[in-house]
Amino acid sequence: MELLLSIILGLMILGAIYALFARDLMSALISCGIVGYGLVICFLLLQAPDLAIVQIVVETITLLIMIAVVLDSSREELKEKKAAEVKLSHFRKWYVMNVILIIVCLVVLLYFFKEVTSTLDPLGKHLTRMSTAYIEYAAEKTGSANLVTGVLFDFRGYDTLGEATILFTAVIGVLTILRVKGKK
Amino acid sequence: MTTYLLCFVLFLVGLFGVLTKRNIIKIAIGLIIMELSLFMFFALIGYVDNGIAPIIVEKTENTKFVDPLPQAIVLTAIVIGLATTAMLMAIAIRLYKKYNTFDIRKIANLKG
Repeated sequence: MELLLSIILGLMILGAIYALFARDLMSALISCGIVGYGLVICFLLLQAPDLAIVQIVVETITLLIMIAVVLDSSREELKEKKAAEVKLSHFRKWYVMNVILIIVCLVVLLYFFKEVTSTLDPLGKHLTRMSTAYIEYAAEKTGSANLVTGVLFDFRGYDTLGEATILFTAVIGVLTILRVKGKK
Repeated sequence: MTTYLLCFVLFLVGLFGVLTKRNIIKIAIGLIIMELSLFMFFALIGYVDNGIAPIIVEKTENTKFVDPLPQAIVLTAIVIGLATTAMLMAIAIRLYKKYNTFDIRKIANLKG
C-alpha cells in the first residue's frame, strides 16, 4: 500500500516539476493536471470515494478555467535571460550567500517536518480518537449512511456555512473584477 | 513515513514555483500544487489499515472505518481551493488586459 502510494506520489512530483519548467503554458497546465488526477487515484486507494468524486470535478473545472485564461492571452513562457547575458561578477558576489540561505532554509524546514511527523501515527496505524464518537453515533444522530456527509453537514455544519460564505465572496469578487465597464 | 516525506517534497516543489517564477500562471500552478499536497497529507493522516470507506451499509459490525473527520475537512478545502483559483485567474486575465503581459516584473505601478 505504502509502496503504491509512494510510486504515484513520485509521478505527481515529476509532473509538478515539469509543470513549473515547461516552456509552453498549455503543457504546463496539462502536467499540472497530472498532479490533480494522480491525487484522485490516491484518494481512491485511501478509501475516500467522496473526495475522489469532488476532486475529479474540481480539477476538471480548474483546468478549464486556466486553459480558457491561457487561450485568451499568451501561451509563451517569459523569455529568461540567457546564461551568458547574466553578469558573472554579480552572480559570484551573491553565490555563497544564496547557497548558505538555501541550506539553512532546507534544514529548518526538514527539522520542523521531523518534529511534526514524530507526533503523528505511522501510515495505517491511525487511532480514530475524536472520530470514534462520530463513527459510533453518526447513524442514529444524523440519519446519514455516509459518515463524511454526516460530519460535514451536521456535526460541523458551521464549517460548511463558512465555506458557503467564502464561495459567495469569491463569486462576488470574480464578478467585480471581470465587470466590463470599470470605473475610470 | 515515506509518503509523508514525499508529500512534503511536493509541497516544497510548489513553494519553489511560487518563490522563483515570474509568470502569474506559473505562480498559480505552484499554489495549486501546494494545495493538492496538503489534501494528500490530510487523507494520509486519516487512513486506517484494512479500513473501509466511511459509509454504513448492512453487516458492518466489527469492521474498521477510515477516519471521516479529515475527509470532511478536505472536502471543504477542495471547494475553497476552486474558488480561490477562479479569483486568481480573474485577476490574472484583468492584469493581462491592462498590461499585455504576465510578467510580474513589468506589472509595477499598482496605484489605485
